[in-house]
Amino acid sequence: MILDQVIFLITAVVVLTAAILVVSVPKMIHAALWLILALAGIAVLFVLLQAPFFAVVQVIVYIGAIAVLVIFAVMLTRKAMQDDGPQLNRYSVLAAAVSLMLFAVLTGMLLSWDGANNLPVNPAVNPDTIVNLGESLTNPQGFLLPFEVASILLLAALVGAIYIGREHRAGKEEE
Amino acid sequence: MIPLSWYLVLSAALVCIGVFGVISRRNAIAMLLGVELILNAVNINLLAFWRYMDVIHVTGQVFTIMVITAAAAEVAVGLAIFIAVYRNKRTIAAEDVADLKG
Repeated sequence: MILDQVIFLITAVVVLTAAILVVSVPKMIHAALWLILALAGIAVLFVLLQAPFFAVVQVIVYIGAIAVLVIFAVMLTRKAMQDDGPQLNRYSVLAAAVSLMLFAVLTGMLLSWDGANNLPVNPAVNPDTIVNLGESLTNPQGFLLPFEVASILLLAALVGAIYIGREHRAGKEEE
Repeated sequence: MIPLSWYLVLSAALVCIGVFGVISRRNAIAMLLGVELILNAVNINLLAFWRYMDVIHVTGQVFTIMVITAAAAEVAVGLAIFIAVYRNKRTIAAEDVADLKG
Protein backbone atom coordinates (compact mmCIF):
# COMPACT_ATOMS: atom_id res chain seq x y z
CA MET A 1 0.00 0.00 0.00
CA ILE A 2 2.61 2.50 1.11
CA LEU A 3 4.91 1.39 -1.72
CA ASP A 4 2.37 2.80 -4.19
CA GLN A 5 2.60 6.20 -2.57
CA VAL A 6 6.41 6.22 -2.58
CA ILE A 7 6.47 5.31 -6.28
CA PHE A 8 3.85 7.95 -7.01
CA LEU A 9 5.75 10.69 -5.18
CA ILE A 10 9.08 9.87 -6.85
CA THR A 11 7.38 9.78 -10.26
CA ALA A 12 5.54 13.02 -9.57
CA VAL A 13 8.78 14.80 -8.63
CA VAL A 14 10.48 13.49 -11.79
CA VAL A 15 7.53 14.46 -14.03
CA LEU A 16 7.18 17.97 -12.59
CA THR A 17 10.94 18.64 -12.69
CA ALA A 18 11.14 17.44 -16.27
CA ALA A 19 8.07 19.50 -17.22
CA ILE A 20 9.53 22.67 -15.69
CA LEU A 21 12.78 22.05 -17.58
CA VAL A 22 10.80 21.53 -20.83
CA VAL A 23 9.43 25.07 -20.61
CA SER A 24 12.59 26.71 -19.26
CA VAL A 25 15.78 25.27 -20.78
CA PRO A 26 17.17 27.48 -23.57
CA LYS A 27 18.24 24.68 -25.91
CA MET A 28 15.27 23.25 -27.81
CA ILE A 29 16.85 19.83 -28.27
CA HIS A 30 17.25 19.57 -24.48
CA ALA A 31 13.62 20.60 -24.01
CA ALA A 32 12.56 17.78 -26.36
CA LEU A 33 14.66 15.27 -24.41
CA TRP A 34 13.21 16.45 -21.09
CA LEU A 35 9.75 16.06 -22.62
CA ILE A 36 10.57 12.39 -23.23
CA LEU A 37 11.42 11.96 -19.53
CA ALA A 38 8.15 13.64 -18.50
CA LEU A 39 6.15 11.41 -20.87
CA ALA A 40 7.89 8.29 -19.53
CA GLY A 41 6.98 9.35 -15.99
CA ILE A 42 3.36 9.75 -17.06
CA ALA A 43 3.49 6.20 -18.46
CA VAL A 44 4.53 5.06 -14.95
CA LEU A 45 1.49 6.90 -13.54
CA PHE A 46 -0.73 5.03 -16.00
CA VAL A 47 0.68 1.76 -14.67
CA LEU A 48 -0.11 2.92 -11.11
CA LEU A 49 -3.68 3.63 -12.29
CA GLN A 50 -3.86 0.02 -13.54
CA ALA A 51 -4.26 1.10 -17.15
CA PRO A 52 -1.39 -0.89 -18.70
CA PHE A 53 -2.77 -0.46 -22.22
CA PHE A 54 -2.36 3.30 -21.93
CA ALA A 55 1.15 2.96 -20.52
CA VAL A 56 2.07 1.04 -23.69
CA VAL A 57 0.23 3.52 -25.92
CA GLN A 58 2.02 6.37 -24.13
CA VAL A 59 5.40 4.82 -24.86
CA ILE A 60 4.58 3.97 -28.49
CA VAL A 61 2.63 7.07 -29.54
CA TYR A 62 4.17 9.82 -27.41
CA ILE A 63 7.76 8.69 -26.85
CA GLY A 64 8.06 6.66 -30.04
CA ALA A 65 6.29 8.93 -32.53
CA ILE A 66 5.58 12.42 -31.22
CA ALA A 67 8.91 12.94 -29.45
CA VAL A 68 10.83 11.76 -32.51
CA LEU A 69 8.73 14.08 -34.70
CA VAL A 70 9.50 17.01 -32.39
CA ILE A 71 13.23 16.20 -32.41
CA PHE A 72 13.22 16.09 -36.22
CA ALA A 73 11.42 19.45 -36.36
CA VAL A 74 13.91 20.94 -33.89
CA MET A 75 16.85 19.75 -35.97
CA LEU A 76 15.29 21.00 -39.23
CA THR A 77 14.82 24.49 -37.74
CA ARG A 78 18.15 24.64 -35.94
CA LYS A 79 19.51 27.80 -37.52
CA ALA A 80 16.36 29.85 -37.08
CA MET A 81 16.67 30.56 -33.36
CA GLN A 82 20.10 30.68 -31.85
CA ASP A 83 20.08 28.82 -28.57
CA ASP A 84 21.91 31.63 -26.75
CA GLY A 85 19.28 34.27 -27.53
CA PRO A 86 16.31 35.00 -25.24
CA GLN A 87 13.90 32.09 -25.27
CA LEU A 88 11.10 33.72 -23.28
CA ASN A 89 9.07 36.66 -24.56
CA ARG A 90 8.37 39.83 -22.60
CA TYR A 91 5.25 38.38 -21.04
CA SER A 92 7.10 35.62 -19.20
CA VAL A 93 6.77 37.16 -15.71
CA LEU A 94 3.07 37.76 -16.29
CA ALA A 95 2.71 34.21 -17.65
CA ALA A 96 4.36 32.78 -14.53
CA ALA A 97 2.01 34.80 -12.32
CA VAL A 98 -1.03 33.66 -14.30
CA SER A 99 0.10 30.02 -14.14
CA LEU A 100 0.67 30.17 -10.40
CA MET A 101 -2.74 31.78 -9.86
CA LEU A 102 -4.36 29.13 -12.06
CA PHE A 103 -2.63 26.42 -10.04
CA ALA A 104 -3.76 27.97 -6.75
CA VAL A 105 -7.38 28.24 -7.94
CA LEU A 106 -7.45 24.72 -9.38
CA THR A 107 -5.86 23.16 -6.29
CA GLY A 108 -8.15 25.09 -3.96
CA MET A 109 -11.23 23.98 -5.88
CA LEU A 110 -10.12 20.35 -6.14
CA LEU A 111 -9.21 20.05 -2.46
CA SER A 112 -12.45 21.66 -1.34
CA TRP A 113 -14.33 18.84 -3.11
CA ASP A 114 -14.97 16.01 -0.63
CA GLY A 115 -14.60 13.30 -3.24
CA ALA A 116 -10.98 14.21 -3.92
CA ASN A 117 -9.91 12.98 -0.51
CA ASN A 118 -12.58 10.53 0.49
CA LEU A 119 -13.37 8.68 -2.73
CA PRO A 120 -12.19 5.11 -2.17
CA VAL A 121 -10.22 3.51 -4.97
CA ASN A 122 -12.26 0.86 -6.71
CA PRO A 123 -11.25 -2.72 -6.05
CA ALA A 124 -9.03 -4.40 -8.57
CA VAL A 125 -9.73 -3.53 -12.18
CA ASN A 126 -11.51 -6.14 -14.25
CA PRO A 127 -8.80 -7.93 -16.27
CA ASP A 128 -11.19 -7.94 -19.25
CA THR A 129 -11.04 -4.15 -19.48
CA ILE A 130 -8.94 -4.25 -22.65
CA VAL A 131 -11.35 -6.73 -24.24
CA ASN A 132 -14.31 -4.54 -23.28
CA LEU A 133 -12.51 -1.48 -24.63
CA GLY A 134 -11.83 -3.14 -27.97
CA GLU A 135 -15.38 -4.45 -28.26
CA SER A 136 -16.93 -1.10 -27.38
CA LEU A 137 -14.83 0.60 -30.06
CA THR A 138 -16.30 -1.69 -32.73
CA ASN A 139 -19.84 -1.81 -31.34
CA PRO A 140 -22.40 0.46 -33.08
CA GLN A 141 -24.18 0.73 -29.71
CA GLY A 142 -20.86 1.71 -28.13
CA PHE A 143 -18.18 4.00 -29.50
CA LEU A 144 -17.99 2.98 -33.16
CA LEU A 145 -18.92 6.45 -34.43
CA PRO A 146 -16.29 8.37 -32.39
CA PHE A 147 -13.75 5.72 -33.38
CA GLU A 148 -14.46 6.25 -37.09
CA VAL A 149 -14.46 10.03 -36.68
CA ALA A 150 -11.07 9.76 -34.99
CA SER A 151 -9.71 7.73 -37.89
CA ILE A 152 -10.99 10.35 -40.35
CA LEU A 153 -9.32 13.02 -38.21
CA LEU A 154 -6.03 11.12 -38.42
CA LEU A 155 -6.40 10.71 -42.18
CA ALA A 156 -7.14 14.42 -42.59
CA ALA A 157 -4.14 15.30 -40.42
CA LEU A 158 -1.94 12.98 -42.49
CA VAL A 159 -3.04 14.51 -45.80
CA GLY A 160 -2.81 18.03 -44.38
CA ALA A 161 0.66 17.51 -42.93
CA ILE A 162 1.97 16.09 -46.21
CA TYR A 163 0.41 18.89 -48.25
CA ILE A 164 1.65 21.67 -45.95
CA GLY A 165 5.04 20.15 -45.36
CA ARG A 166 6.12 19.40 -48.93
CA GLU A 167 8.12 21.87 -50.98
CA HIS A 168 6.04 23.56 -53.65
CA ARG A 169 8.55 23.15 -56.45
CA ALA A 170 6.03 23.87 -59.20
CA GLY A 171 5.27 27.29 -57.73
CA LYS A 172 8.95 28.14 -57.49
CA GLU A 173 9.61 27.30 -61.13
CA GLU A 174 6.87 29.65 -62.25
CA GLU A 175 8.44 32.59 -60.44
CA MET B 1 -3.49 3.51 -1.63
CA ILE B 2 -3.00 6.78 -3.44
CA PRO B 3 -5.72 9.38 -2.81
CA LEU B 4 -7.44 10.73 -5.91
CA SER B 5 -6.43 14.25 -4.89
CA TRP B 6 -2.74 13.47 -5.52
CA TYR B 7 -3.42 12.75 -9.17
CA LEU B 8 -5.62 15.83 -9.49
CA VAL B 9 -3.03 18.15 -7.94
CA LEU B 10 -0.25 16.66 -10.10
CA SER B 11 -2.25 17.15 -13.28
CA ALA B 12 -3.22 20.69 -12.21
CA ALA B 13 0.48 21.47 -11.78
CA LEU B 14 1.27 19.95 -15.20
CA VAL B 15 -1.47 22.02 -16.85
CA CYS B 16 -0.11 25.20 -15.28
CA ILE B 17 3.46 24.43 -16.38
CA GLY B 18 2.14 23.78 -19.88
CA VAL B 19 0.16 27.05 -19.90
CA PHE B 20 3.30 28.91 -18.84
CA GLY B 21 5.21 27.28 -21.69
CA VAL B 22 2.54 28.09 -24.28
CA ILE B 23 2.32 31.75 -23.23
CA SER B 24 5.96 32.57 -22.64
CA ARG B 25 8.15 30.58 -25.04
CA ARG B 26 9.23 32.40 -28.19
CA ASN B 27 10.02 29.26 -30.19
CA ALA B 28 6.85 27.93 -31.82
CA ILE B 29 7.93 24.30 -31.39
CA ALA B 30 8.42 24.94 -27.66
CA MET B 31 4.83 26.19 -27.53
CA LEU B 32 3.73 22.84 -29.01
CA LEU B 33 5.66 21.07 -26.25
CA GLY B 34 3.60 23.05 -23.74
CA VAL B 35 0.40 21.88 -25.45
CA GLU B 36 1.66 18.30 -25.17
CA LEU B 37 2.13 18.74 -21.40
CA ILE B 38 -1.44 20.06 -21.08
CA LEU B 39 -2.91 17.16 -23.05
CA ASN B 40 -0.96 14.63 -20.98
CA ALA B 41 -2.30 16.22 -17.80
CA VAL B 42 -5.80 15.79 -19.23
CA ASN B 43 -5.06 12.11 -19.86
CA ILE B 44 -3.91 11.62 -16.25
CA ASN B 45 -7.12 13.25 -15.05
CA LEU B 46 -9.36 11.15 -17.32
CA LEU B 47 -7.72 7.88 -16.30
CA ALA B 48 -7.70 8.83 -12.60
CA PHE B 49 -11.43 9.60 -12.67
CA TRP B 50 -12.03 6.38 -14.58
CA ARG B 51 -10.10 4.43 -11.94
CA TYR B 52 -11.79 6.03 -8.95
CA MET B 53 -15.34 6.59 -10.15
CA ASP B 54 -16.36 4.52 -13.16
CA VAL B 55 -14.10 1.51 -13.38
CA ILE B 56 -16.91 -0.74 -14.66
CA HIS B 57 -17.37 1.17 -17.91
CA VAL B 58 -14.74 2.01 -20.50
CA THR B 59 -15.95 5.56 -21.21
CA GLY B 60 -12.94 7.19 -19.55
CA GLN B 61 -10.55 5.05 -21.55
CA VAL B 62 -12.33 5.86 -24.83
CA PHE B 63 -12.02 9.57 -24.01
CA THR B 64 -8.30 9.09 -23.37
CA ILE B 65 -7.91 7.41 -26.77
CA MET B 66 -9.65 10.37 -28.42
CA VAL B 67 -7.34 12.84 -26.64
CA ILE B 68 -4.26 10.90 -27.74
CA THR B 69 -5.58 10.83 -31.34
CA ALA B 70 -6.24 14.57 -31.32
CA ALA B 71 -2.79 15.21 -29.84
CA ALA B 72 -1.08 13.15 -32.53
CA ALA B 73 -2.99 14.94 -35.31
CA GLU B 74 -2.28 18.34 -33.76
CA VAL B 75 1.45 17.70 -33.47
CA ALA B 76 1.74 16.39 -37.04
CA VAL B 77 -0.08 19.35 -38.59
CA GLY B 78 1.53 21.88 -36.23
CA LEU B 79 5.08 20.78 -36.97
CA ALA B 80 4.34 20.68 -40.71
CA ILE B 81 3.08 24.27 -40.50
CA PHE B 82 6.15 25.40 -38.55
CA ILE B 83 8.52 23.74 -41.00
CA ALA B 84 6.66 25.38 -43.91
CA VAL B 85 6.89 28.74 -42.11
CA TYR B 86 10.59 28.19 -41.51
CA ARG B 87 11.11 27.37 -45.18
CA ASN B 88 9.37 30.56 -46.31
CA LYS B 89 10.38 33.07 -43.63
CA ARG B 90 13.59 31.57 -42.16
CA THR B 91 12.22 32.08 -38.66
CA ILE B 92 10.56 29.91 -36.03
CA ALA B 93 9.86 32.62 -33.43
CA ALA B 94 6.12 32.94 -32.89
CA GLU B 95 6.11 36.76 -32.74
CA ASP B 96 7.76 37.05 -36.19
CA VAL B 97 4.87 35.19 -37.83
CA ALA B 98 2.17 37.85 -37.46
CA ASP B 99 1.06 38.29 -41.07
CA LEU B 100 -2.56 37.51 -40.19
CA LYS B 101 -2.61 40.06 -37.38
CA GLY B 102 -5.12 42.82 -38.12
